[in-house]
Amino acid sequence: MANIIGDVVIDIEKCKGCGVCMTGCPKGVLALSKDVNSKGYNFAMKVNADCIGCASCAMICPDGVITVYRAKE
Amino acid sequence: MSENFDRPEIRKPENLIYSRTKVLTDNIMHYCPGCGHGTAHRILAEVIDEMGIQNDTIGVAPVGCSVLAYNYLDVDMAEAAHGRAPALATAIKRLNPNKFVFTYQGDGDLAAIGTGETIHACNRGEKIVIIFINNGIYGMTGGQMAPTTLEGMKTATCPYGRDISIMGNPLKMTELVSHLKGTYYVTRQSVQTPASVRKTKAALRKAFEYQKDGKGACFVEIVSSCNSGWKMTPVQANKWMEENMFPFYELGDIKVDGELVK
Ligand SMILES: Cc1ncc(C[n+]2csc(CCOP(=O)(O)OP(=O)(O)O)c2C)c(N)n1
Ligand code: SF4
Ligand code: SF4
Ligand code: SF4
Repeated sequence: MANIIGDVVIDIEKCKGCGVCMTGCPKGVLALSKDVNSKGYNFAMKVNADCIGCASCAMICPDGVITVYRAKE
Repeated sequence: MSENFDRPEIRKPENLIYSRTKVLTDNIMHYCPGCGHGTAHRILAEVIDEMGIQNDTIGVAPVGCSVLAYNYLDVDMAEAAHGRAPALATAIKRLNPNKFVFTYQGDGDLAAIGTGETIHACNRGEKIVIIFINNGIYGMTGGQMAPTTLEGMKTATCPYGRDISIMGNPLKMTELVSHLKGTYYVTRQSVQTPASVRKTKAALRKAFEYQKDGKGACFVEIVSSCNSGWKMTPVQANKWMEENMFPFYELGDIKVDGELVK
């Protein structure tokens, strides 16, 4: 069976660091960064390469800052 | 520099699964981090986008945190006086019967100061979509008690919790309007998990499709968190909502095709 790989792109300037996306991710891909954006928010970042492109994070991001890609390896 | 987990090789148009809809403007929403208003705006914009009705939709913004909804939803919008959105939407729809007309209102707006407008627009069967964001509190003004505040729930104006013997019962506006003849579709949804977001989006789509077919008033409640007003983190607020709001404000369809289903 083909392996599914995914990737997310987070618009960190628009991210408010609410952490909601992290609760929706089945692969523990996302966590809050120690760095902050220009508004002072700790933004969401990837902490592993396990993304499967399910878009759960994007579905629940209140600020609509996540773009999702998915492909077969 | 932290480790980079990017996969630039798959970032191609043909692999794009999800991106921000063009029916949302590029403005950064003023809502608190994690606020349900943002998610509700986004899926509403997605429905308008997917139905291809951006140029044919007119929204009415309320007074409340979402007073600036017109800065984010890239459709024609009007701003109503507090609670009067259904009255304004009535006029807009009657003058523009071929347009898609919706209101977007909080519980203070729709179920307190605007109760009269809500009930009469629903009873008249105005062919509009009413989107009702119920976070059980007045968010914008600093977290005062709303008609929808749960029994025992603490707010700025009931710091020891809502005492029903003095403050009355929480109001289930959605059940109430479902019993009016003019409503055609009445449902209660939420936006805190990927599955609930998908369901709510489908409910909004259904409501707009009914309007296309000239059916009566469609009323979509979205139980939503106000983490600032509730004084919790966004993640705690969503959990609190599931544990405390949903047992009282039960999710699901209440009226479909003009028939009560609950
Ligand atoms: C005529 C009038 N009365 C009162 C107010 C104060 N006020 C502003 S927003 C609001 C309630 C907002 O609560 P809700 O509709 O639940 O929306 P939220 O902010 O929670 O999204 C009130 C009472 C006002 N702006 N105008
Ligand atoms: S849900 Fe959106 S705004 Fe919140 S932390 Fe995740 S990416 Fe940022
Ligand atoms: S797309 Fe799915 S797997 Fe990838 S980060 Fe988002 S929730 Fe996690
Ligand atoms: S006060 Fe509450 S409803 Fe208003 S933006 Fe903040 S979290 Fe949302």
